[in-house]
Amino acid sequence: MKSITKAIMLALAGAVFAAPVAAQIKVGELNSYKNFPAFLEPYKKGWELALEEANAAGGVLGQKIEVVSRDDGGNPGDAVRVAEELLTREKVSLLMGTFPSHVGLAVSNLANQRKVLFVAAEPLTDKIVWDNGNKYTFRLRASTYMQTAMLIDGAVKSGKKRWAIVYPNYEYGQAATAAFKKLLAARVPGVEFVVEQAPPLGKIEAGAVADAIAQAKPDAIFSSLFGPDLAKFVREGNTRGLFKGMTVLNLLAGEPEYLDPLKDETPEGWIVTGYPWAEIQTAEHKAFLAAYQKKYNDYPRLGSIVGYATVQTVVAALKKAGSTDTEKLVAAMKGLEHMTPFGKITYRAIDHQSTMGAYVGKLALKDGKGVMVDWTFADGKDYLPPDSEVMKLRPKE
Amino acid sequence: MTLADITIQLLNGLAGASSLFLVAAGLSLIFGVTRIVNFAHGSLFMLGVYIAYSLTDQFGRGSPLAFWSCVLAAGVAVGVIGFVVEILLLRRIYQAPELFQLLATFGLVLVIKDVVLKLWGPEDLLGPRAPGLRGAVQVMGKSFPEYDLVLIAVGPIMLGLIWLVLNRTRWGVLVRAATQDRDMVGALGVNQAWLFTGVFALGSFLAGLGGALQVPREPAQLFLDITVISDAFVVVVVGGLGSIPGAFLAALLIGVIKAFCIGIGDVQAFGTTFSFSKFTLVVEFVVMAIVLVIRPWGLLGKPAGEPRHTAATEAPLKPLPGWLVLGFAGLGAALLVLPVFTQSYLLILLIDVFVFALFAASLHFLMGPAGMVSFGHAAYLGIGAYAAALMVLRAGIPMEATLALGPLAAALGALLFGWFVVRLSGVYLAMLTLAFAQIVWSIAFQWDGFTGGSNGLIGIWPPAWAAEKEAFYHLSLVLCAAGLLALRHIIFAPFGAILRAGRDSPLRADAIGIDLRRHQWFAFTLVGAFAGLAGVLHVFSKGSISPETLGIARSVDGLVMVLLGGVQTLTGPVVGAGVFIFLQDEIARRVEFWRAILGLVIIVLVLAFPQGIVGFLRGRFMRAAA
Repeated sequence: MKSITKAIMLALAGAVFAAPVAAQIKVGELNSYKNFPAFLEPYKKGWELALEEANAAGGVLGQKIEVVSRDDGGNPGDAVRVAEELLTREKVSLLMGTFPSHVGLAVSNLANQRKVLFVAAEPLTDKIVWDNGNKYTFRLRASTYMQTAMLIDGAVKSGKKRWAIVYPNYEYGQAATAAFKKLLAARVPGVEFVVEQAPPLGKIEAGAVADAIAQAKPDAIFSSLFGPDLAKFVREGNTRGLFKGMTVLNLLAGEPEYLDPLKDETPEGWIVTGYPWAEIQTAEHKAFLAAYQKKYNDYPRLGSIVGYATVQTVVAALKKAGSTDTEKLVAAMKGLEHMTPFGKITYRAIDHQSTMGAYVGKLALKDGKGVMVDWTFADGKDYLPPDSEVMKLRPKE
Repeated sequence: MTLADITIQLLNGLAGASSLFLVAAGLSLIFGVTRIVNFAHGSLFMLGVYIAYSLTDQFGRGSPLAFWSCVLAAGVAVGVIGFVVEILLLRRIYQAPELFQLLATFGLVLVIKDVVLKLWGPEDLLGPRAPGLRGAVQVMGKSFPEYDLVLIAVGPIMLGLIWLVLNRTRWGVLVRAATQDRDMVGALGVNQAWLFTGVFALGSFLAGLGGALQVPREPAQLFLDITVISDAFVVVVVGGLGSIPGAFLAALLIGVIKAFCIGIGDVQAFGTTFSFSKFTLVVEFVVMAIVLVIRPWGLLGKPAGEPRHTAATEAPLKPLPGWLVLGFAGLGAALLVLPVFTQSYLLILLIDVFVFALFAASLHFLMGPAGMVSFGHAAYLGIGAYAAALMVLRAGIPMEATLALGPLAAALGALLFGWFVVRLSGVYLAMLTLAFAQIVWSIAFQWDGFTGGSNGLIGIWPPAWAAEKEAFYHLSLVLCAAGLLALRHIIFAPFGAILRAGRDSPLRADAIGIDLRRHQWFAFTLVGAFAGLAGVLHVFSKGSISPETLGIARSVDGLVMVLLGGVQTLTGPVVGAGVFIFLQDEIARRVEFWRAILGLVIIVLVLAFPQGIVGFLRGRFMRAAA
């Protein structure tokens, strides 16, 4: 027991006396690594690769960059404490990261209070740049609204009028559903939404949900399920013949994180957003892919792209600002342009949303694995509402 | 819904109930005999899924015989794990105060989760379909999976087998006897140690088997433990503790109700739409609340006999010796002047410690002196926090006023729920608090327009005078210390004495004319207010609030803090809160697999200090002082 007491004492002493060592530019990173490891382990590999490349190229402003990474516990209360730790003890110049929407919003709110730049990497919620947008928060990934908008063309082309909707019952699923109904109704007169199923996240009773959808006799389905819910829904739907002759749209289902577990169960013909990593032939992606596979001997997931691009954003912002001063960084972030493996992105001055796009295509089976076919790249800038609408959504600074 | 729709949803419900029944039966057996509230039961289920995934993926694709052998082998493997866990860990702490074993199983949950992550990786793993049962059969013109039909049969078959074991073997007779009166079984010369080991292994086997059966239906993934454990507890309690047929009935009932909620979908009535599909978020807890209010012992449970204490009864309270009073006063003074010396993160961390010390102390007041264990205490933390947040954001009420109004709101919530809660006792009481907490949670989660839904509310910061860290630190310190002292004072006051009398002997308390239920109701309301105060401070220190503050995980954190510090001490919860928060903060920063390390540290602490940390210290030093 003595050794444990000693260890605890040492840890406490460490908490009290740890002093920051500043010879580098410190960037604070926090994410729910233990809650969403399937997405975030590749994400971490992604940003580590980008960091290594940036420092190998001499860093920025003549200094190396150090990323201080923390697990945020997956809930807002702990995340805020972790962010405060990064700010007060580690004295980081800016924050980046977060995955679930409520954690992203809480950290964004803290960033606004403490007046520090926050680059939200992954949270999909529209609110982080619109309803609850603030001066210090910028978001990288294509939002729920944008990804839904990317699928609308497919929905319109299908010519289907009777839609069933299934979504995980929390903000992401609710927002996707609301955006889908609004956008589709605007383009297809007489469209009907015949049934809505909102299973709790991670707890779908897939058989019952599949039957309840069939019962309403729709001719198309819009789904925003992902992860275990998606896998269960696909298997039950396949067994019960739900998807025969049905047009199905599913947000995110083409992302390797969610597609790969489906293996031979992959439902062919579904229209999805995702990341067909093996087939993208742009120079910037090929370079990224080669470097990633060389370093990790593994293929990238979408999380890898998000992590990689987040550090690219930070590096570009520091370069443009020429300083680690928050106000200068915020000014630099507005309209910031840089390359990513998905091509050039711009952080819009109007709402701090990046124009990073996503790939839209159809699911198919190849050698017992799911792949995306007939895909195209949807540039994020084409899937945002008009500026006048955005201005109305976002509070004045 | 047509008749065919109704039939198919009925079948869906029955299929979903089978594996839940197995898990719940195991949990019920373990609790009945050993009185262990096994939080790790969901983790054992998860292990069953993962092991069965690996086995069937490798060997179980060919023939039905191979597949079912793999499923059975996975169950046995989990049974062996349970066997080992009981011998190495639980057997050492049966003499600890009641519920203490819960802390050990909580440590196990953390360890198992990280071990699974390490061994199987982060991706979801969808297993193969069962050979020979890949397709669907036509039921009234609709396709229904063959495998689900088999599952429907598995439930009653396993019920029958368990019944045979319990009723037709000597071992089963002993298990039933121990469920009813384990002291008597011990007195009659039965080796309790092996009986407990056997029951724990059997319960683990059932959990593992329940998990293995799910492989063709759902992917192996890391949230299964949490998802399953609360459902399993609900089923056990709704069915009646220790009643296997009750668990079967409850599993069927909940499975079928869920399937029908999904089948019914949206219903228009009185100009609004009620979504039964969204109602599945909380339906099992609503069912549990209703059942417990109407039948306090569950559907098929019986009132338990008056339990004899296996652990030593709690010693009467004594005021602290003078040197300790001086010590605490000195500590308080040191904390007051601390900001002069450091502006660092330590202050931020200490605010969390203060808030959770108050929260844990309020829970301890219920668990210790009042003798009512709450599994849903975070509800009152959350109500206080949400009330304050809503008042600030929606009504512009200043923080100073919310410091009084937030606790008031929490107390009102506790007053309402407490009326039902104090009518029960023991684990039934604990589970009813959990049910109410989940209902409050689901309201916060679902009412987007008012509570912000799953995102919660943001932008709740203290006014200018308290916005600086130092000022807010002092505010939290003063209010939490005042709260702690008030709770302590109440415990020593006549009111506290009445509660302790009621805890130690309800019969005698009744005989001298104490209306115990009314006092317990008042105590429940009172601690609600203290938890609410902690909640208000919490929300202003974070600037935001989300439904997790009301969630099961927060309630469990509170239990862990109280037990870690020592439930039979008054300073225990404060020490427990401090140790838990510092440990979590330090370990999470230093190591990748922090959950496993935290779990191991908790297990080591459990083995080293079966009376809790403060209980241990008191045992060492007070005896020396006396």
